[in-house]
Amino acid sequence: MRDSDFGLTLAAGKTKYRGKFHGLGYLRYPVALCIGSVLAMILSRNQAHNALFLVLAFSCLGGLFGLLDAPFAAAAQVLVYAGAIMVLFLFAIMMFNLREPAPRERRTLRTFLAAILGLVLFAELAIAAVRAIAPGSVSPGEPDGLAGLGRLLFTDYLYAFEITSLLILAALVGALALAGKKEGG
Amino acid sequence: MIPPAAFLLLSAVLFSLGVLAFFVKKDLLTQFMAVEVMLNASNLAFLAMAKASGQAAGQVIVLFVITVAAAEAVIGLAIIVLIFRQRRTIRTDELKDLRG
Repeated sequence: MRDSDFGLTLAAGKTKYRGKFHGLGYLRYPVALCIGSVLAMILSRNQAHNALFLVLAFSCLGGLFGLLDAPFAAAAQVLVYAGAIMVLFLFAIMMFNLREPAPRERRTLRTFLAAILGLVLFAELAIAAVRAIAPGSVSPGEPDGLAGLGRLLFTDYLYAFEITSLLILAALVGALALAGKKEGG
Repeated sequence: MIPPAAFLLLSAVLFSLGVLAFFVKKDLLTQFMAVEVMLNASNLAFLAMAKASGQAAGQVIVLFVITVAAAEAVIGLAIIVLIFRQRRTIRTDELKDLRG
């Protein structure tokens, strides 16, 4: 009785593990592309290439957002981030029109300290991530879907939503005021 | 079903890479791009937790983060363009007026 019980649990665990692994299988490519293009951004010295690498990374992230049952966030990610913001960066790079690529970064103390900071930060975040998903810490429920998202946006978060529109207006006016300044002004 | 911890780990990796890029790189534009990477990592963490807890509030916050990031990019790039117009450089090791 006990043995068969144990065998059943083991089998269930095995299929669960295999299912999990299979789930990670198709996830491997966007994740690798995403991390790889951010790494390429760190290694490359050409700003235009950096921006294009980020377009790739943000598009992959958009796909991952879709896998997380967040279709609206996925669409907004691709439209706003990969589309609008990175194109804005490319326009800025075009305006600078830097002839020579940036000089090679030397391995300084600063690089070393940045690497240590990154590693420590990653360790902390990883521990927090694993703890956050510990059994019992979150209660899974039914996702609300797009309708629930819209309802939340116009009920609980109505003030934040309206303030966001004000923020965008302020950014628009601010950018015009900054860009309209005369040389040395 | 993909465990949310995998997404949270990816978000941690991306955030750390963003911090690393911010400190390693020395031109303002690429550092600004690193900030965008960090914002995206936080978005991913929000969505992973929204999926794990089954509440849409995380998705709402992601929309706000994307909006604020757009506004921030507009203002930040305008400032960088102004700096370039006045100093003809966007290298942070050549902009050292604040160094004592």
